[in-house]
Amino acid sequence: MIWETVRLSLRSIRRNVLRSFLTLLGIVIGVAAVIAMLTIGSGTTEKVKADISKLGSNLLVVRSGRPAGPGGPGGLDQVVRPLAEKDLAALVAHLTGARAISPASQKQVRVIFGTESLTSGVTGTDSAYLDARDWKLVSGRPFSDSETRSGTGVCLIGETVRQQFFGAGDPEGEFIRVNRTSCKIIGLLEPKGYTGFGQDQDNVVLMPLHAYQRRIAGNRDIDNIYIAADDRTPTSELQPRVEDILRDIRRVTPDRESDFAIRDMTQIADAMASATTTMTGMLGAVAGVSLLVGGIGIMNIMLVSVTERTREIGIRLAIGAHEKHILIQFLVEATVLSLLGGIIGILIGLALAGLAAVTLTIPFAPSPAVILLAVGFSALIGMVFGFFPALRGARLDPIDALRHE
Amino acid sequence: MAAGAALITFDKVWKSYGQGEAKVHALAGVDLAIRRGEFVAIMGPSGSGKSTAMNIIGCLDTPTAGTYSFMGIDAGRLDRNRRAMLRNLYVGFVFQGYNLLARTTAAENVELPLIYRGVAARDRRDLAMQALSQVGLVGREHHTPAELSGGQQQRVAIARAIVTRPTLLVADEPTGNLDTARTHEIMELLTQLNTELGLTIAMVTHEADVAGYAERTIRFLDGHVASDSMKLETA
Repeated sequence: MIWETVRLSLRSIRRNVLRSFLTLLGIVIGVAAVIAMLTIGSGTTEKVKADISKLGSNLLVVRSGRPAGPGGPGGLDQVVRPLAEKDLAALVAHLTGARAISPASQKQVRVIFGTESLTSGVTGTDSAYLDARDWKLVSGRPFSDSETRSGTGVCLIGETVRQQFFGAGDPEGEFIRVNRTSCKIIGLLEPKGYTGFGQDQDNVVLMPLHAYQRRIAGNRDIDNIYIAADDRTPTSELQPRVEDILRDIRRVTPDRESDFAIRDMTQIADAMASATTTMTGMLGAVAGVSLLVGGIGIMNIMLVSVTERTREIGIRLAIGAHEKHILIQFLVEATVLSLLGGIIGILIGLALAGLAAVTLTIPFAPSPAVILLAVGFSALIGMVFGFFPALRGARLDPIDALRHE
Repeated sequence: MAAGAALITFDKVWKSYGQGEAKVHALAGVDLAIRRGEFVAIMGPSGSGKSTAMNIIGCLDTPTAGTYSFMGIDAGRLDRNRRAMLRNLYVGFVFQGYNLLARTTAAENVELPLIYRGVAARDRRDLAMQALSQVGLVGREHHTPAELSGGQQQRVAIARAIVTRPTLLVADEPTGNLDTARTHEIMELLTQLNTELGLTIAMVTHEADVAGYAERTIRFLDGHVASDSMKLETA
């Protein structure tokens, strides 16, 4: 009986292809917009999370200057006291719950090999840096402790630098010029790709901190200290310990604000992900409004359909259809119509999301739950907005309906 | 034709429309009985109440006052859905304008009442074919109404009416849209169904020669039965 009715409604939809299509358009656009929004949104969220975890998971980053606030870190009213090696030494000596602690100072510097040159992010650091940033070597070896201590001219390069200077060749043992100093390549870093902000994470050169300070920066400052928490310690627990140790060693009196900032990368990841989710939700809600409009379109066309087919309803009632048969017939028709719109909308929405994924280089992340929800929701719209017209048809008096021209 | 027990009885049936001064009585206390197996023609000018009477006979309408009983059931007091069930089980309808579903094949039109009876698809097809062959339309089952002549369309409508093996066939000016030759064919068919299947037929018409096919003619005038006469068999 139901199958019979579905077949019947498909036939009546086919009879008015253009009209059915125009009616569907509202639902199609609505569902396509919702699906595209949510799919692109969850792709973006995944991308943001992946980007942040590329920085290293469970990572705290300490930098000099006041904690972020109005005016940003290191406001103008305060002379910034940079981090120094004694701060690092205090953390290494006293901090518990950390897997790796590593200093890093960075600068964009021109790097030259032969006749080729490249402006690259040069970082002065130590051998713990790779561990702190969850970064591996494709080949070669990290800095030895003695190289770190003495500031030997050795370096690790990223994939972009290798491609620029060596093509497919092996860079190990070659010397590159960084600023006015020469350094020997001892290892190649694993590629990390671009961040969500379009920054190439592979255009880097790592060298021992002392070498960087002496030959490139010309000072003894440390820009950042990276602290990776161990598996048992959440970063939220680690952060106050870091703060205590640093306030102590930097002699910040209790009545004053810290002159350094600790950023929790996990928190930033969560905050960014939740911001994306909120945006996605809002855009989805706006798209949902067009579903409502689509529903009203369905109601309108079903009322027309019931009026047009008054005589048919009269015939059906005369030969023994119950009210419920007529009700179901038109309800099924409205539902099939809107479901059809929903399915077309899902396909278009996924296609748009796929296109966006390619253009924005975000992962294509269609969610089965969202698709199922869209199917269910479009069917529901058909039922809800089809009910009143269907009821109107079912309540017709067979005598009047038969007389209808 | 041996007349059986009363199939239809009107007992002081009134049907009124409107309120107060504007109140109109389409039927004003009609008493009437039709027995099983009869072929009755109902005549009368427009506004005489014949159509109202037919609607009540066909369980499409209910009296305002009085009792209408169909097969011994007080059909005038049944709700919409029960009357729908009664129509589906015992009444077949043939209309002046055929009233077939457009763009639907003859066979599907004939199957329609069986769908509401819950008959399985395969059985429906068989019964529809049988009914179509009874009205002489074998080979046309896949034609849509637009591809059939008026006489053929009315045959499809008759097939649809008899496919449920009804007790009563209600025909409302069944030949009103047909020429003389087609009229004769359709009336022959109805007469045949009446004699061969014992189908009780109540038929509204305003043409005397069409009424001539029936064995009994009831004339309505101003909401009353003006005359009720049996045909004088010459055979």
